[in-house]
Amino acid sequence: MKNVHDIVEKNVGLLTIFMLIAISLGGMVQITPLMFQQQVMEPVEGLKPYTALELEGRDIYIREGCVGCHSQMIRPFRAETERYGHYSVAGESVWEHPFLWGSKRTGPDLARVGGRYSDEWHRVHLINPRDVVPESNMPGFPWLMENTLDGELTAKKMEVFRGFGVPYTDEDIAGAQAAVKGKTEMEALIAYLQSLGTALK
Amino acid sequence: MSSFWSIWITVITLGTILGCYLLLRWCLLNKTGIEEGDNMHHSFDGIVEINNPLPRWWTIMFYMVIVWGLIYLALYPGLGNWEGLWKWKSSNQNVQSLAESREATKRGFEEGYLVEYDRQMKFAEERFDPIFAEYAKVPVTELVNDAEAIKVGQRLFLQNCSQCHGSDARGQRGFPNLTDNDWLYGGSPEKIKETLLNGRSGMMPGWLDAFGEQGIEEIVAYALSLSGRQVDEQLKNAGEARFAACAACHGADGKGNQMLGAPNLTDNIWLYGASHKDVTETLKYGRNGVMPSFKDRLSEDKIHVVATYVYSLSQDK
Repeated sequence: MKNVHDIVEKNVGLLTIFMLIAISLGGMVQITPLMFQQQVMEPVEGLKPYTALELEGRDIYIREGCVGCHSQMIRPFRAETERYGHYSVAGESVWEHPFLWGSKRTGPDLARVGGRYSDEWHRVHLINPRDVVPESNMPGFPWLMENTLDGELTAKKMEVFRGFGVPYTDEDIAGAQAAVKGKTEMEALIAYLQSLGTALK
Repeated sequence: MSSFWSIWITVITLGTILGCYLLLRWCLLNKTGIEEGDNMHHSFDGIVEINNPLPRWWTIMFYMVIVWGLIYLALYPGLGNWEGLWKWKSSNQNVQSLAESREATKRGFEEGYLVEYDRQMKFAEERFDPIFAEYAKVPVTELVNDAEAIKVGQRLFLQNCSQCHGSDARGQRGFPNLTDNDWLYGGSPEKIKETLLNGRSGMMPGWLDAFGEQGIEEIVAYALSLSGRQVDEQLKNAGEARFAACAACHGADGKGNQMLGAPNLTDNIWLYGASHKDVTETLKYGRNGVMPSFKDRLSEDKIHVVATYVYSLSQDK
């Protein structure tokens, strides 16, 4: 009998194709059907799109790598919901592009951090976390106080999100730059944090 | 899920498992034309390849994993709309609001079938709620003598309050010390509970526009003098004349007003710093002190225990 396995062993291109087929099977089962499920496309009742300032804050959240240490996904375990609040549901994330669910929890989950602390607490904490939580190993982000936003790209970003199906109105987009111009990055990030998880009521 | 996707998932999943099985069988055949254990006639640098079969332990484990996978898929929901023989569910995933979530849990109780999350919650409620209910029956002023309750309260405090007030409850700049018996909104058990349940929002306006630099300088002098600090007499007297604007909240004598959360200015306790510079900043630009509401995070019985702990902190002073 001829050893046909030899063919793939000696042909990297063919091996790659077979490997791609093998690994795509998992995606076909786990990801593709979700794209067609109503429950993951329908927003929860209270969901509002991010305001211009919150949207800029979200970009700062991404830029500073917050997602590397903070997840935004409360799992349905009592140990998590006692600390963070109701577990996350699909309808809260329908307008998130990309998702910031994360998977690493060096710091606490932030999916429902909105309203949990005062703006002032966030300000002090972001400049130097040790000022409020002596045991914290989070880095400080003092430059957020100094950098101000010019808002030049804010309207553009909102248009892109509208293309993804986020219901921004023309007024939202027209007023975007005015809404963020001159605000510090700190204000934007705090506005974003204070909005997190507040839609599920 | 529509039956199309259900079939899609089922066929691909089972097909993949079958594929793995067939691949394993195929790899177990000797297709080389060389006896097992004989030299394959590849050699490199003196290293030779011998025709060895797949290790038996590994092959058996492969079969076991396939069997385990099939049993798992039969018991748990994995294949499209198949609910699994055990009808296990992690949570009520489709809820659109907190009300719907509670509704789904209630339905679970009525139908006698609970999702895993609700089962966990029920277990905890049955175990812990009676303890908190017992505590809630005892007034704070008595419960404060119960060392066990204080310990429970401290745990809750560490989880929920220490981020601002510190793990020793001594607070920090901008976040009140809870151990010094100086209260912005009152330190009676009722007031502490009210603060915990509904939160507080303190607002000191900025006065720079109204008084200008010179005016601020004068009021700062007067405000510092209230707690016995040495200040310039002239500035102090000028500040006293302007103090009427402050008296609306802080009282004519500067002793504050717990109805408004206006601090006592005469006790030398400074929430935002005691230095001349800090007090000047407070006066110029104002301050916002926010205590969040814990009504939605902790049950009323738990808040009773936290309030007892907070109350206990200033009792021996």
